[in-house]
Amino acid sequence: MNAPFTLSRQAAPRLRLTRVLLYAVMIALAAAFILPVYLLIITALKDFSEVSLSRMWDLPSQFSLESFNRAWNGGQGTTGMRGSFLNSVIVVVPATIISCLLGSMNGYVLSKWRFPGSETLFTLILFGMFIPYQSILVPLVMVLSSIGLYATLPGLILTHVVYGIPITTLIFRNYYASVPRELVEAGQIDGADFFGIYRRIMLPLSAPGFVVVAIWQFTSIWNEFLFGLIITNDPRLRPVTVALQNMSGSQFTQWNVQMAGALIVAVPTLLVYIFLGRYFLRGLLAGSLKG
Amino acid sequence: MRLDLALPQKAAARSRRLSRDRLTAFLMLLPSLVAIAVFVYGFIGYTAYVSMSNYTTARIDLSFVGLDNYLNLFGQRRFQENIRNLIVFTSLFLVICLVFGLALALLVDSGVRGESVFRSIYLFPMAVSFIVTGVAWRWLFTPGDLEPTGLNLLFDSLGLGFLKARWIADTSVWPNIEVPGLKVKLLVPLAVIPVALAAVWQMSGFCMAMYLAGLRSIPDEIREAARVDGCSEWQVLRHITLPMLRPITLSAIIVLTHVSLKTFDLILTMTGGGPGNKTEVPSLYMYELRFSQFNTAEAAAVATILLILVSLLTVPYLVYNRRAQAAEQ
Repeated sequence: MNAPFTLSRQAAPRLRLTRVLLYAVMIALAAAFILPVYLLIITALKDFSEVSLSRMWDLPSQFSLESFNRAWNGGQGTTGMRGSFLNSVIVVVPATIISCLLGSMNGYVLSKWRFPGSETLFTLILFGMFIPYQSILVPLVMVLSSIGLYATLPGLILTHVVYGIPITTLIFRNYYASVPRELVEAGQIDGADFFGIYRRIMLPLSAPGFVVVAIWQFTSIWNEFLFGLIITNDPRLRPVTVALQNMSGSQFTQWNVQMAGALIVAVPTLLVYIFLGRYFLRGLLAGSLKG
Repeated sequence: MRLDLALPQKAAARSRRLSRDRLTAFLMLLPSLVAIAVFVYGFIGYTAYVSMSNYTTARIDLSFVGLDNYLNLFGQRRFQENIRNLIVFTSLFLVICLVFGLALALLVDSGVRGESVFRSIYLFPMAVSFIVTGVAWRWLFTPGDLEPTGLNLLFDSLGLGFLKARWIADTSVWPNIEVPGLKVKLLVPLAVIPVALAAVWQMSGFCMAMYLAGLRSIPDEIREAARVDGCSEWQVLRHITLPMLRPITLSAIIVLTHVSLKTFDLILTMTGGGPGNKTEVPSLYMYELRFSQFNTAEAAAVATILLILVSLLTVPYLVYNRRAQAAEQ
């Protein structure tokens, strides 16, 4: 009876010390994680006259939006990102919507209408999520050229939709697997057909699944680089990531403009992360298969 | 009597409708199946075929040359460097990410206040593009020629000058061993380290999230019981928590390794493969072969090698995963 009491009395100060240490470590780590973004922000907010490598870590003495203005509108040898930002929006929105619809339908079929071999087909679809895209680039460019979609935004949309099929199918299939089989059977007894069950039973339950998949596709397509680089072989059609890479490669001296550009590219997905982080996390974990 | 007749009729109608629904279901899946068959398997097959031909972008020559392109690649100093860099990058990234990710998960899971804030901060780089990461970290890891910049400057002002290094400008290889038969020196090109660290910054939060999900699925009672039995925290971790997290570790290794083998944008933005190809990996070399040197056949060979590497890792995992799911049902 006495033992635990003495134990906790001895342990208390040590425990408090561990606690303080724990917080110190966690706060230090959080600071390290934020460091690159901090650098981006303080640099991008500096007046051009204050931008110097030796004063990289100094706070701006006055706030200036010059860098953002240059990164967005261009000028003095810099190509602005405004057009690219619009291109990205034009690609991301339809690609995300189509991905959601396709993924939802595939997930419904593969979870509730299994047929002999459907599990094998599912595994074959999933493999598409792991391939390095270098291994399909050569024929992709050829096929897109031959159907007139090379160097066009619809070509980029099509590519994102196709290579998004594995992950969207996976997320929806796992999501629908949790819908009880009895619900579907009840629908069948009530005379609902394939689409009736989808519309009246599955869709009303699907909102969280759609949010997870939409956020996942939005984030990954917005951040994607390789397809954007290869397919939009035209400066006017570039998505933001390609525009940023171009800016960082060619405008080595104007690094404050690059940093402002980097923030512009990061803001949309960061906003989604801040407000809908829970759903983002679910999509992320689904990518490791078991969810 | 009428009831007896009606029932089988109804059942027959239902089963007719069911088989029609099954057909509809298959037809709804068909477009995706065709797309995957063409864009994944067809394209891979074509790439493999091109990799055994004389195809250059200027001259479309699909005559079969066997494994010539592959033999040529493996004999190149540059491709040997690519493979060395890829192995070093992947090993560093994987090990640091796993250890660091686990540490973050244990910290966040230790019952501190504001755990969701810490978790969100550790995970946010996952929402950012590799290009953004590359731009930010390139400046942090630029050592500065005349006076220190980036992290070196920060270390100086914090009195941590001993941490200063040449980072992405470092051309040296450590320990620079010569191996008979190889055209490259081993083992670690020092410039790969900062690139791997930037990748860790981006992905360790993902690893943490996986471990956190794993930790949450371990019933508290098990760890509590061990503590009551007098196990130290270290023993609980070593003998209970870690073994129970083994499936998570396996998944994390597969996901992180395949991401690492495919890494392209981060390295392109941070170093462009330099200095002197010290950070170049096959994905970058493939891009250059195809789009700058217009040597399509050799580019396809590099791509196929990359695909084989990724497949060796992911195919067994997919098969294992499918078996495990089949066993559950």
